[in-house]
Amino acid sequence: MQLSTFQDGFSAALLGPAVDAPWLSTLESQPGFAVYRNTVLKGCIDALQANYPTVCQLVGDDWFRAAAAVFARAQPPHDGLLVDYGAGFADFLAGFAPAAELPYLSAVARLDRCWTECHLAADATAVDRHWLAQQTPDTLPQASLRPHPAARWAWCDEHPAYVLWQSHREGRAPTEPLDWTGDGALLTRPHAEVVWHPLSRAGMAFLDACAEGHTLEAAATSALDADPTADFAALISTLLDAGALIPTDSRPG
Amino acid sequence: MNACTFTAGLSLKPQHYDEALGCSAPGLWWEVHPENYLADGGPRLAWLEAIRARHPVALHGVSLSLAADAPPDAAQLARLAALARRVEPAIVSEHLAWSAWRGQYQPDLLPFPRTQAALQRIADNIARTQDVLQRPIAIENPTHYLHIDGHDWPEAEFLAELVRRTGCALLLDVNNVYISANNLGFDAQAYLDAFPLHAVAEIHLAGHHADPVHGDALLIDSHDAPVAPAVWALYAQVIARTGPVPTLIERDDQLPAFSELLTEREQAHNALTSVQPEEAACS
Repeated sequence: MQLSTFQDGFSAALLGPAVDAPWLSTLESQPGFAVYRNTVLKGCIDALQANYPTVCQLVGDDWFRAAAAVFARAQPPHDGLLVDYGAGFADFLAGFAPAAELPYLSAVARLDRCWTECHLAADATAVDRHWLAQQTPDTLPQASLRPHPAARWAWCDEHPAYVLWQSHREGRAPTEPLDWTGDGALLTRPHAEVVWHPLSRAGMAFLDACAEGHTLEAAATSALDADPTADFAALISTLLDAGALIPTDSRPG
Repeated sequence: MNACTFTAGLSLKPQHYDEALGCSAPGLWWEVHPENYLADGGPRLAWLEAIRARHPVALHGVSLSLAADAPPDAAQLARLAALARRVEPAIVSEHLAWSAWRGQYQPDLLPFPRTQAALQRIADNIARTQDVLQRPIAIENPTHYLHIDGHDWPEAEFLAELVRRTGCALLLDVNNVYISANNLGFDAQAYLDAFPLHAVAEIHLAGHHADPVHGDALLIDSHDAPVAPAVWALYAQVIARTGPVPTLIERDDQLPAFSELLTEREQAHNALTSVQPEEAACS
């Protein structure tokens, strides 16, 4: 038998009932075949549980692992970099019928995914307040900055996904009754570890504009369009202190 | 690489990172799965580099899928090479197994019939990997759970032929030999007698457990328990023949306290430093 034929049949049999072939039945009928089936599925589920810890805290291990098994069969990993596995899990949860009673779950999953991407992204030196102080009123509007490769930002319209996510990540229940409105998050890696901050709609629009390569003037206009009452100076301070921005000419280091 | 500068190593786990960084046991080294460090940047690489500044590090890959009927993924190979340039590992190893197939990764080390065609394909894949890494790699004997028809080669001879064709080294996992012998009903001692020990650059020791349904008839390579006495006994016989070979205590699950792992590691260290080699493995 060709090696590729063996691998086609074996792969199919790992995921479910195999194609009907005597040589595969001979393998599947041995107790050892279940070891491979279990290990493959467990490997996917363990990786998802590691990458979506906040979702798991919200729903509990049993619910999480059952959902993860459904996801793993539908969207198995593409490669061995399981620390990065599960990019589609938030979208999956949004359409997963058993999650309908937890409509914020998908948005919380999106923040877990932001954490993973932030954690694994390239290093780069962020601009700080010193950079801002060096700019003149003439040069600043036409200058441009872009988001740090590790910066991730996400807005949820309907649920306080960030407050929920943050309180679980920090191991504490929300201290006050939740104000059930949408909110936004900024995740950055200013030093070694991932940190997070709340971020306004204006901040989202500003970072979106920077990511698209617009000047600071255009990005500021976008921010104020998103929220005319935004405190722009405070927003810039938040972004600079979080290490969210890098010069446009810098390369990931 | 001088095989005598490091003796027994441990799997590096994030839970034990601070203790690992502070540990100065003589001859200690650390092994990691490179897949966990193929990040573009960030704290993982920083952790690994801090460890590497104090101890030798080995990269033990689990996903190159060298026994797939396809070349290893070029992008992943390039990233592995970049990581190897960065941490200058003492040893780079992979498995005689496949896991990635047609764009899908199955997180396990899967078996295959050891045919003539498989031999050629795997030799090509090892050669390609070594070309990109610009160094030999060590290939590990797998754990077996299935009787597969159609083998043209016994495993030890298959591995010896890969060594001959590619110049690769071997990673002898004694626990895998013990489990496979148990599960498939062959003699572990006879397997080791046939094994090309001259090519062994590293040894793995790990714990296993019995399958919850089938019991001792089906042992699982779970890496979640101390090394079994029978595996220690086989190991003593191996190193009596090879002389000191860097030896890893593999522990991936049910992690005990760091001190407990160090004690187990000490057992391998003591065996390695007291063994009288028949052959000068460290020359």
